[in-house]
Amino acid sequence: MKVFMLGWEFPPFISGGLGTACYGLTKAMSRQGTKITFVLPGGNDQTSDFMKILTADGFLNSEEFKNITFRSTHTALNPYASASGVSTSIEKNVETKSGSPIWQTASSGNQKHYGGDVFEKVQKYTSNATQIAATEKFNIIHAHDWMTFPAAIAASEISGKPAVVHVHSTEFDRCGDYVNQAIYDIERYGMHKAHKIIAVSNYTKNIIINRYSVPAEKIKVVYNGVESCGATRNISNKRDKIVLYLGRITFQKGPEYFIAAAKRVLEKMSNVKFVIAGDGDMTHRMIEYAAYLGIGHKVFFTRFLRGQNVERVYRMSDLYVMPSVSEPFGIAALEAMINNVPVILSRQSGIAEAVSNALKVNFWDVDEMADKIAAVLKHQPLRTMLTENGCAEAGGFRWDNSAAKVNEIYRQVLACA
Amino acid sequence: MAAVCFYFQVHQPFRLRNYTIFETDSNYYDDFKNSQICRKVADKCYLPANRLILELIRRYNGKFRVAYSITGVLLEQLEKYAPDVLYTFKELADTGCVEFLGETYHHSLSSLYSHKEFLDQIDLHTQAIEKHFAQKPKIFRNTELIYNNQIAELIESTGQFDAILAEGADHILGYKSPNFIYQPLRCKKLKLLLKNYKLSDDIAFRFSNQGWAEWPLRAPKFAQWVNAVNGCGYTVNLFMDYETFGEHQWESTGIFNFLRHLPGEILNHPDNSFKTPSEVIQSYPVCETLDIPYTISWADIERDVSAWLGNPMQRNALTEVYKIEQMVKDTADSGIIEDWRKLLTSDHFYYMCTKWFSDGDVHKYFNPYDSPYDSYINFMNVLDNLCSRCKNILYTDSRQLLTAKKAGTKRASRKNRDRDYVSERN
Repeated sequence: MKVFMLGWEFPPFISGGLGTACYGLTKAMSRQGTKITFVLPGGNDQTSDFMKILTADGFLNSEEFKNITFRSTHTALNPYASASGVSTSIEKNVETKSGSPIWQTASSGNQKHYGGDVFEKVQKYTSNATQIAATEKFNIIHAHDWMTFPAAIAASEISGKPAVVHVHSTEFDRCGDYVNQAIYDIERYGMHKAHKIIAVSNYTKNIIINRYSVPAEKIKVVYNGVESCGATRNISNKRDKIVLYLGRITFQKGPEYFIAAAKRVLEKMSNVKFVIAGDGDMTHRMIEYAAYLGIGHKVFFTRFLRGQNVERVYRMSDLYVMPSVSEPFGIAALEAMINNVPVILSRQSGIAEAVSNALKVNFWDVDEMADKIAAVLKHQPLRTMLTENGCAEAGGFRWDNSAAKVNEIYRQVLACA
Repeated sequence: MAAVCFYFQVHQPFRLRNYTIFETDSNYYDDFKNSQICRKVADKCYLPANRLILELIRRYNGKFRVAYSITGVLLEQLEKYAPDVLYTFKELADTGCVEFLGETYHHSLSSLYSHKEFLDQIDLHTQAIEKHFAQKPKIFRNTELIYNNQIAELIESTGQFDAILAEGADHILGYKSPNFIYQPLRCKKLKLLLKNYKLSDDIAFRFSNQGWAEWPLRAPKFAQWVNAVNGCGYTVNLFMDYETFGEHQWESTGIFNFLRHLPGEILNHPDNSFKTPSEVIQSYPVCETLDIPYTISWADIERDVSAWLGNPMQRNALTEVYKIEQMVKDTADSGIIEDWRKLLTSDHFYYMCTKWFSDGDVHKYFNPYDSPYDSYINFMNVLDNLCSRCKNILYTDSRQLLTAKKAGTKRASRKNRDRDYVSERN
């Protein structure tokens, strides 16, 4: 089995769960003997081969990834906006070698979530990836999220091989009801043209059915996995309890509900600190919001964290809260669980449907969130049980299982094709 | 010579409302949900089953006899939400063919935590049964058939009871049969009746299970199994939740028809009879002493108490709620004491059980919570409020006491305040 896989980000250059998911999934698939050519947007213009960056950084153990070849298209790499604001210029009426009709609509709309000229990048990626596809031999195409969907469909049309699109997040998760029509159109186009869709949860599957009019039988759910790290928490007798928010600071992740809940918790207990780890277009507003509520001295912003620092912040924390407005899966929650941190999850998430040993709240119900935060901090038995059972449960989410399911889906698709 | 001894457990708890840490009032109960469930169970189970049993008692001229154990917390709810059910129970009591058993008023686990509270609740329950049904319970059945030697001794020490009921599962009894009368270790007068778990569970759990080899179960077949006991036992003790009829087993499974035809089939055999627990122990001799040092119950496969105190949250909640017993009683505030006792109802701790978490089986039944964690958090919030009410009163009391001493006057009697409190509530 040889797979032509199209991705947008890969560690260490990640901004969210998509890169983590691609890393875990391809590593497990490689272990299981699936050959993959993984196409990524290259570093800016003159930068050397992406593969070299990855290996130089020590991220890719050549043994673990022996079945994967990385190919780079030379387009810029910055899928999400940063706090400092971004250029929103859009080149209109760009021509494309792939000839996909979808570009006709991709010329207007709100770009605030993406760094730079995202449509131009997607278009360059599409044409370059399509060229790479013409030089490769493979059985199936697998594309991760909308940025790579046009390339997948174009490659499928050129090669005659079936395409599977993997939906890690939809425009409705990222933007609520005010979607970018151009992105929505690309997502919808990719979903309808693809032979099969992989959704990261039933939650996402339902969005695809209801918002994109895709028949249910075309969609398969494959949960993400988590890499067990075996780290132990340092249970120091620190005076203050730490409650952690870890994620991009954007509308989708619901940081304002976290801060509002923090305010309510602090009305009942004082020995608590709230840590917000991450970055995003709402960072400055959230810092101001915490100050406005008079809890600025209790809310700490670490900005974006990577690698070791992520594990360190988990180990410091007594509780992880994921207040997302809409979360297709929520790998970070699994990471918290496997790092022995109790979690409170938004019910509006994929992970909430998949785990039992976590507390669940509606993201808008600030009082309920505060009630549960206080309960976890106050009651040691509750903490113990959530930690122990949560860690064991998270350990069941293994990338090997996800990879096996994906391989099974390939077989089904190829049998039908 | 086989007597069929039916005992039905009738209980519903006062479920707590969603109570966050931010609540300040002392209304702890979900009146809407409680009334809704009470009414639903009344219509699907209590009323049709009571009518059927009344009909059978009349048809067989008193040869069909049963026993009930109705908890005090359910009696309260029936008075409020389903007085028609209470009326039919009274009708049953009037036939003289129905025995009412004694238990803890609040369906609590007090036997494991506070003997004083345990005995107090038995007294409260006895008073309630006497008030409603003009009978004084002579047979004791503990919450969920929780039993050990010590509990039996405690029950004998009351002098009120002739026998106590317990679970009769194989791994507890070994080679012994549940179809005889036993005596608890170190007891002189008290006798022990054991549940025939196999035949009881055939009705209570397996009746509608289409994967069961004996499905469909009809009255003649069941009567044959009872007849098979003749010669190797005196009594077949069929102990089960009353909700078996119409609720656990829906009417469409044929459970009511089964019950309707059962007395006829059983009585076809001249040696068979129906007896209440009191009649069983009067009719047959004790065959042996039984030593049960470890606590057993009728719950789950384990038949132990792990469904209520199997995990750290449950143990913590139970420890905390029993820890404040003295403080609660020191307030002498009938409202606070009653709220505290309603928190002792075993169901609250059952909801916190994580044993069969992923299976979503019988523990889910009428469970108002999404998860055991939620039920623990809610319970602890209510308990926290109750504690602060106690402290408020005791703190105010001691301050008043001080001022009173200074002024050289006597403190207003507690009784007066209680009366005021009660009239306020009414």
